[in-house]
Amino acid sequence: MAFIINSQNGSENEINGGPGALAMRPFAFVGRTIIDWVNRMGAAAIFLFMALLQIFRRKQLYKTVQQIYYIGARSITIIMLVSLFTGMVLGLQAYHALLKFGASGAVGSLVSLSLIMELGPVLTAIMITARAGSAITAEIGIQRISEQIDALHTMRINPIRYLISPKMTAAIISFPLLTAVFDLVGIIGGYVSAVVLLGLNGGVYVHSIQTYVVMSDITNGFIKSIVFALIVATVCCYQGYFAHMRKDSHGAQAVGLATTSAVVLSCVLILVSDYVVTSLLV
Amino acid sequence: MDTPLIEFKNVTKRFGNKTVLERVNLQIYEGQITTIIGLSGSGKSVMLKHIIGLIQPDEGAIYFRGKPLAQMKKAEIAASFAQISYMFQGNALLDSLTVYENIALPLQETSNLKKAEIDRRVMARIEQTELTEAIHKYPAELSGGMQKRAALARALITDPQIVLFDEPTTGQDPVRKNAILSMIAQYQKKFNFTAILVSHEIPDVYFISNRILALYDRRIVFQGTPAELENFDHPFMDEVISSLEALQKELTGLYSKRQFGMLNHLQLKRREVGETYCLVVFSLKELNDIIIKVGHDAAQAALRNMGLYIDKHFSAIGGFSTRRNTNEIITMLPYSNLAEAESMMENFVADFHKKIIPAIQESTCNLASGELVELTIMAGIAEGQSTDDIDSVIELAKSQQKEIGRLHCATGGVNL
Repeated sequence: MAFIINSQNGSENEINGGPGALAMRPFAFVGRTIIDWVNRMGAAAIFLFMALLQIFRRKQLYKTVQQIYYIGARSITIIMLVSLFTGMVLGLQAYHALLKFGASGAVGSLVSLSLIMELGPVLTAIMITARAGSAITAEIGIQRISEQIDALHTMRINPIRYLISPKMTAAIISFPLLTAVFDLVGIIGGYVSAVVLLGLNGGVYVHSIQTYVVMSDITNGFIKSIVFALIVATVCCYQGYFAHMRKDSHGAQAVGLATTSAVVLSCVLILVSDYVVTSLLV
Repeated sequence: MDTPLIEFKNVTKRFGNKTVLERVNLQIYEGQITTIIGLSGSGKSVMLKHIIGLIQPDEGAIYFRGKPLAQMKKAEIAASFAQISYMFQGNALLDSLTVYENIALPLQETSNLKKAEIDRRVMARIEQTELTEAIHKYPAELSGGMQKRAALARALITDPQIVLFDEPTTGQDPVRKNAILSMIAQYQKKFNFTAILVSHEIPDVYFISNRILALYDRRIVFQGTPAELENFDHPFMDEVISSLEALQKELTGLYSKRQFGMLNHLQLKRREVGETYCLVVFSLKELNDIIIKVGHDAAQAALRNMGLYIDKHFSAIGGFSTRRNTNEIITMLPYSNLAEAESMMENFVADFHKKIIPAIQESTCNLASGELVELTIMAGIAEGQSTDDIDSVIELAKSQQKEIGRLHCATGGVNL
């Protein structure tokens, strides 16, 4: 028996302190990190699935409308402001760039296609993440650490149905609508800079848009915005909902870090998924 | 004995390396008020969260009506938990909802009741918990006491069969603490639910509890009636009960029954055979009438004021007092015979009319706000000897009780 114990200790020493073990450490770290990531992504996918399952349960309409107001309606001003200047700067740059090739007539199509296919969905998603996504994470995180979510459990109210699903639905409805607003105001911004300020013919600007923008461009833009809506809502709700399980902090600090993580992760995933979705749609 | 409603068998719970509960065994019976007492951080709340399923045990089993939860089907577990309501230590009110919305939430989300019926039930609870003025306020706008009452109203709105109260009196002033405990006892009698409390309010919880569970050093070291706990010989009594009793003495001026018994025992040991002592039993009649008409706060304020003045008056002449039950206070006069005690009582009654009645009037009648309320204060004296059984002396004093004061509140005024 003693021999066995000694031999076990010996092999433990080899694993913990031997030169081979030292060399293995980076691989072990990478492995652990990947497993942790896969675990979290799996958990987030289950979280999203459970939230989507609850969308069509009864008594959800009022809460969903309320969330559309918070996520959607209250974001309109900032979306319009950002899109106006994005469109204006696009119009400005496109006008000067295309003028060199004698193709200034294509400013309208360049501005509108850039906005409809890429900038509209991406910038809208990033702006909503910054404005509403962070608020969602902080709100749910505080509800978690102050036991409000536990209280819902004890009242036999499914917290995912009550808190998460309305936010998911609101995001799915609001993102495409806000993207549409972004696109429209951006195109107007492009018109202001190219036509009003730089003297391009207004008819040429509008005609270029009518000629080159097709319905599939608009549809693809909306598909992207729905994908971004799911990503942002899942990441922000998930980070807040599990703020109490963070290993790096507790309490209010955990909520703060969860909010930061939610915004950073959402922005990164928006850009990554933008490439993936675009490559699938093109 | 009947099958316990809830039973823990060798339940162990660890958080990381820290063991919070270790092989805990306990039984909770239907229709009773069971109070769990123990030091802060000893795992009382963790125990409650096991009962409602918020936390699962690492080892051991929890039985619900004799059936292990682990072997129940999902629907069966859901049905069992549906009978339970939980009042959190930190209230856990949803901060984005008003008081009304918080209380109505369980009915709105889990029942098919019509809006009018929900409104009726919520308003009834709001009135019972004296929250009418706070109905449209958000939790952040309420005082700690009001938040507690809102949480209590929400816990009771579904008429649950089992209610778990996690330190329901934390952060309350002494009067409000007793008022909440009294409210729990009243509701428990009215609705006949099983109440499980975590509380430090000793001895007040003794008056309302049928059973006490003592959690000490990760285990349940005592299960029994409050009377049995008085005779429990364990380090728990010195470390936990004594410290809580000392705090209570500071707050109310009255000794616990256990302290009273010990003091009396010491006095008896010093006395020679044939030496007498006197005992006065004070009672507040129609206290229930005040609870019904004016509320728990007013009743507890009256009782507390009376306790404070009795203690102040008689402790100056060597007496010591305890609360025997919700409306009775006993004062021991260890060095007096009957004639001396009667003379002391005459002085007390004069003082009582001059100082105590106005104090009680201020706290009680002001809360009455137009209700017609009468409160009769009775007192009886009996003489005993060291060889006599104290209970028989108390009974004798009670039989001698006569009215020493009457409080009559009408439309905010008072008539003596």
